Amino acid sequence: MATEPVPAEPAVPSLVDRYFTRWYKADLKGKPCEDHCILQHSNRICVITLAESHPVLKSGKTIKSISYQISTNCSRLQNKVSGKFKRGAQFLTELAPLCKIYCSDGEEYTISSCVRGRLMEVNENILHKPSILQEKPSTEGYIAVVLPKFEESKSITEGLLTQKQYEELMEKRSNGTASTS
Amino acid sequence: MFPLTEENKHVAQLLLNTGTCPRCIFRFCGVDFHVPYRLPYKELLHGLQKFLETEKDGLILEVLNPPPKKIRLQELEDGIDNPSQNGEARSSVIEDGSVASKNSNLNVCQKVETSGFEFTNLVFSVSFPAQISVREHAAWLLVKQEMGKQSMSLGRNYVVQLKEAYKWITHPLFSEELGVPIDGKSLFEVSVVFAHPETVEDCHFLGTICPDCFKPAKNKQSVFTRMAVMKALNKIKEEDFCKQFPCPPNSPKAVCTVLEIECAHGAVFVAGRYNKYSRNLPQTPWIIDGERKLESSVEELISDHLLTVFKAESFNFSSSGREDVDVRTLGNGRPFAIELVNPHRVHFTSEEIKELQQKINKSSDKIQVRDLQLVTREAIGHMKEGEEEKTKTYSALIWTNKAIQKEDIEFLNGVKDLKIDQKTPLRVLHRRPLAVRSRVIHSMETHYVDEHHFRLYLKTQAGTYIKEFVHGDFGRTNPNIGSLMNLTADILELDVESVDVDWPPSLDD
Repeated sequence: MATEPVPAEPAVPSLVDRYFTRWYKADLKGKPCEDHCILQHSNRICVITLAESHPVLKSGKTIKSISYQISTNCSRLQNKVSGKFKRGAQFLTELAPLCKIYCSDGEEYTISSCVRGRLMEVNENILHKPSILQEKPSTEGYIAVVLPKFEESKSITEGLLTQKQYEELMEKRSNGTASTS
Repeated sequence: MFPLTEENKHVAQLLLNTGTCPRCIFRFCGVDFHVPYRLPYKELLHGLQKFLETEKDGLILEVLNPPPKKIRLQELEDGIDNPSQNGEARSSVIEDGSVASKNSNLNVCQKVETSGFEFTNLVFSVSFPAQISVREHAAWLLVKQEMGKQSMSLGRNYVVQLKEAYKWITHPLFSEELGVPIDGKSLFEVSVVFAHPETVEDCHFLGTICPDCFKPAKNKQSVFTRMAVMKALNKIKEEDFCKQFPCPPNSPKAVCTVLEIECAHGAVFVAGRYNKYSRNLPQTPWIIDGERKLESSVEELISDHLLTVFKAESFNFSSSGREDVDVRTLGNGRPFAIELVNPHRVHFTSEEIKELQQKINKSSDKIQVRDLQLVTREAIGHMKEGEEEKTKTYSALIWTNKAIQKEDIEFLNGVKDLKIDQKTPLRVLHRRPLAVRSRVIHSMETHYVDEHHFRLYLKTQAGTYIKEFVHGDFGRTNPNIGSLMNLTADILELDVESVDVDWPPSLDD
């Protein structure tokens, strides 16, 4: 349920494969397995999504609701951006919260930006239909779109893992679990 | 017949005594027909003297005092030079209407002839140094005062402007030398700028008395522009002016010099329609950080030939919308227009344009051009109108993740005027404002290829992002093919089949 249907023939590179580079942030704020996947477009725009390994995407989890109200005074839904230079956007740092996900088992997860930049938009489709987040986390189920500063387009990924590093980490985790049990 | 009348006598005498040349005397007496100005200096002076029945004193006065700049300017421009009036022996040929060798008039014609422009008429613009207005103002105050004694008033518009008289004299000379008429509407402009370094400071006192007329200078340009000086002259009180500046003006030693002679031709416009057959060609040059990312571009492949043939300085390419690098433009092609800046060659027969079109088409298989023709600037409006209002048709090769059968795509054929909402696609969001655009897909037609592919032909409103309509752009374009068919769709190929603008007019080949 966490991954998209696999194509039935030698894989045609997907939309994400063609235009985006995948970067990862693992164990956000020290919380185990709360991994995020940042899709960076060749034009530097970043789409914040959940990595496959995130607990919310584990089978069996049901999302009760999603909220963009991250504090009493701040709702990501109030973000308004105008003009070519995107004035008025809420500015995000790496650890800035984007939304909170409430699951039916009582667990609560905070999703963070992972990159510095202006918040363009948050995905309102997942508010109305949270299951999209679980069905298509890499496309329709995205969390937010962030526009980094032009000068920082390359440096924002310095603290992130490449696809390869992420896969290695996943392997280490599964080996680690295996060895402790 | 001598153009001055009895009532001009006092003013004429006064001005002549101060060393003013006959033509300027005519100006201040409101002589507004051209012929007198064109007569040779000697003849005018003689006529003037006879008119005034001046004594020898008057003549001597003139010879002793070096004449004001005005005379020199007039003399220089007409190639009529009186050696006895200059201290230096200037060996110029004095001939009625002809142009002397050291003459700026000749220089201008030479410059025009050697500049390589093709023209059938021209418009001539001349720029005199700002301080001329000051000297003119001084002379005008003097004349006004004199006329006041005779209970006559002198309106500003009564006096013939120096520039006008200058043109009355020089236009026929230029016309004859260059063999073309002077036409105010001509696209070919010859501009001459005069300077007189000796008297540059004549206007500086205005800066002190009327400082608010003079704005800070841009770059290195002087703050004493013609406009600013005129403004100050209108403001300053007569008494203040006369305190600061001699009325009549002093006589300068040197003549005006030509600072600059420029020839320029107004832009011409070439329009046509282009087809694009490459999936690897950008519309405009793709250069990042000085490095070219892809070889060539649509605009260069067309415009480079035009630049050469029209001998233009530069070009501006515009078209009725555009397509991505990897999209072909088929059918009748997309309308475009190219502005050729400062062209040196502008007259082409329709045969020559056809040849030019063939030349462009032979030189590249990536693009082809049709209906190439010269158009007016106004015509460009038709093209831009097309960009926003007219429909376009496309064909797309679509991939689906789920296996499909012919029946599964049938329903799309019946969809008419489907309204979609498109948020600014992520791929252009870095340079476009974030917004939601409503667009209409007028009609669609499907052709089944295999279980994971089909061709979609669509007719859409201008400004529709087709690729995003197919793959949905992270769900930010709704509805989209994926959502309509309840699967994941992607676009493999896109072609523009037609741009439904009926401009430029199609030509029979």
